[in-house]
Amino acid sequence: MTNRLNVLKTCKLYIGGKFSRTESEHYFQVFDKKKKPLANLSRATRKDMRNAVKAARGAQSGWAGRSAYNRGQILYRMAEMLEGRRDQFVAELERVAVSQKKAEDETDAAIDRLVHYAGWTDKYPALFSTVNPVASPHFNFSIPEPTGVTGIAAPDDQPLIGLVSLVAPVIAGGNSCVILASELYGSIACTLAEIIHSSDVPGGVVNILTGFRGEIIPHMAKHMDINAILSGADDLSAKKIIQENAHLNVKRVHFYEKTDWMKEASSSPYHILDFQEIKTTWHPVGI
Amino acid sequence: MTEKDLAQRTSLRFNDLWSYDSAPESSDYVQLKERYDLFIDGAFQPPENGKYFKSINPATEEVLSEVADAGKADVDKAVKAARKAYNGTWSRIPAKERGKYIYRISRMIQERAREFAILESMDSGKPIRESRDIDIPQVVAHFFYYAGWADKLDYAFPGVKPKAVGVAGQIIPWNFPLLMAAWKIAPALAAGNTVVIKSAESTPLSLYKLAELLRDAELPPGVVNIISGAGNTGAEIVQHPDIDKIAFTGSTEVGKLIQKSVAGTDKKYTLELGGKAANIVFEDAPVDQAVEGIVNGIFFNQGHVCCAGSRLLVHEAISEELVRKLKMRMETLIVGDPLDKNTDIGAINSRPQLEKIQRYLAESVEEGQDIYQTKCTLPEKGYWCCPTLVDNVSQSHRVVQEEVFGPVLTIQTFRTPAEAISLANNTPYGLSGGIWTDKGSKIFKVGKDIRAGVIWSNTFNKFDPTSPFGGYKESGVGREGGLHGLLPYLELSK
Repeated sequence: MTNRLNVLKTCKLYIGGKFSRTESEHYFQVFDKKKKPLANLSRATRKDMRNAVKAARGAQSGWAGRSAYNRGQILYRMAEMLEGRRDQFVAELERVAVSQKKAEDETDAAIDRLVHYAGWTDKYPALFSTVNPVASPHFNFSIPEPTGVTGIAAPDDQPLIGLVSLVAPVIAGGNSCVILASELYGSIACTLAEIIHSSDVPGGVVNILTGFRGEIIPHMAKHMDINAILSGADDLSAKKIIQENAHLNVKRVHFYEKTDWMKEASSSPYHILDFQEIKTTWHPVGI
Repeated sequence: MTEKDLAQRTSLRFNDLWSYDSAPESSDYVQLKERYDLFIDGAFQPPENGKYFKSINPATEEVLSEVADAGKADVDKAVKAARKAYNGTWSRIPAKERGKYIYRISRMIQERAREFAILESMDSGKPIRESRDIDIPQVVAHFFYYAGWADKLDYAFPGVKPKAVGVAGQIIPWNFPLLMAAWKIAPALAAGNTVVIKSAESTPLSLYKLAELLRDAELPPGVVNIISGAGNTGAEIVQHPDIDKIAFTGSTEVGKLIQKSVAGTDKKYTLELGGKAANIVFEDAPVDQAVEGIVNGIFFNQGHVCCAGSRLLVHEAISEELVRKLKMRMETLIVGDPLDKNTDIGAINSRPQLEKIQRYLAESVEEGQDIYQTKCTLPEKGYWCCPTLVDNVSQSHRVVQEEVFGPVLTIQTFRTPAEAISLANNTPYGLSGGIWTDKGSKIFKVGKDIRAGVIWSNTFNKFDPTSPFGGYKESGVGREGGLHGLLPYLELSK
């Protein structure tokens, strides 16, 4: 034992590219595997969520307007940053959730998942676009465009790869998002925010809140400027609340339940398609 | 020269020099039964509750026939028939045979196209020119297009295995009765599903003609079940526990109710809802073409079109000229007997719809907006509305924000493309949009920035079975038509 006292990190919310405390100054405690206090996380409020949506809305069109190549580079940059801090994530995962071996596997899988989706940004549009042979003298084509601002409820299991597997296809497709981290493993999401922050992801594209599902999800589901909700949380009551309130502005709703995110097969361009709208454009052909 | 002189010198005279002789399509050709029962499990069956309601011709207010009012027990019977057909026949026969049934349906409708067109015009009020040249040919084309997909689904979505969803519950509107039925039934069958479909309350007849045709085509019993009723019948379909997928076309209000009522279930759903499309005319647009496009955009089908171009956004520099030409063109539109081949604008579909349109117009008058209606003469009986412009409106007016679903066009001007885009996107809807300009790069820029599922550039209101259609935002979820139109009727797994 040395005499040096280690420095603890204050976990904050990540909104609009800035690390900020919750406006309520409320917090909640999370614990490690041995049930010892691990950290005090910000207990985000409805107001924090609304601020995050505003940041996400402000960033979305700029992000969608980036070239697909550039979005791919930025997702790849996230993988680079994660690789560089691999040991930190392994240690944190091991401390809060799993064995060292599993923590290593999960971190490696998360890095590879980012690389996987980095490669999709300039390819999924070719997969999901069509040129339509209409019978009239028109040129007609259909292309995917991002749905917009997405609310994400992170899964509790597999806290790193689960979260990365939800966020990557959403932002690869040009959407911005507001994430509510797992109630149990919010500290992992806080560290992931640092990766996102240092990867050239424009501020506001990914916003991360920690807090209680029961306090945030109903308001997220009702928010009129959120276009879609993705829930990876195996939580039936949250699911019903999301489904019931999504109708207020016809939100697109997807649930990725009971998924083993460690499997390669859990990644798919169809997850990108879940958060795309198909736009068809017509123009007459003639001289 | 004063403005009045200018207007006189540049205007054309219509209607007062000569009048068109009537050119009616004969309706004797269509044989209607006095009463139609529900088409369930391949046979016409009376409703359990014994209730019927009348379907009238909105152009004459005469009763055409009466149809069964399906209740909960009937919906249940139809769903059971669909499930039995799904398990027993439709999911078992080879895909190519499934396709051949759909091809056969397409060809048989084509053989009887004129009969369907006349009936559609009688029951819905739409001009025969449209039902004959657009609705029914599109119905035929839609079945023909999706028929071919039945044995090619493995090629549609790379990397995943497609599987039918099961039993689809489908609810359609009154503006394009048979066409909306085709949009729903054709992809559902091609993807291997069976169907329970409900026609709209005011336009049930062409679907029962289709039922007779399906029986003649020897489609296995229960694969398509056709029922009629009002909103309550639709609710029974939405809430039925053995339906796997809901497909709805109609108002955003009802679409939201459906989305809410399937909460807590695993039902898939697609919603094709309302719209309030902006038709944007830039200063470099070909004005005469744009006028045609604006007319087609809002007066097609009496404006009973979810993707209608109901908001004209015109660049300030050309607004006077454009509106003058538009008014002149509007004066040539013939409003009247839907069965007359010269008719451009037929009857408003129902009395409640006419009253709704009139409420919007009364409010516009109250709020001091400028209303222009053509000097058309209207028949004494039936439900009619002359082509209408509403000028001097602002973005927050209800007539600008809400779907009127009638031949009513609002006019707003803009100065910059950014302003036009901002006005275009400033409603909860996002179904379609129009852009008129001679500059290609402007089309792509503006087209990209309009948040809507269909962009018509230098054209409007064009449809094709190969072309996906559907909304952004509150205009709905999912696509109909084209490759993308298969997705709602398939489960994809690795």
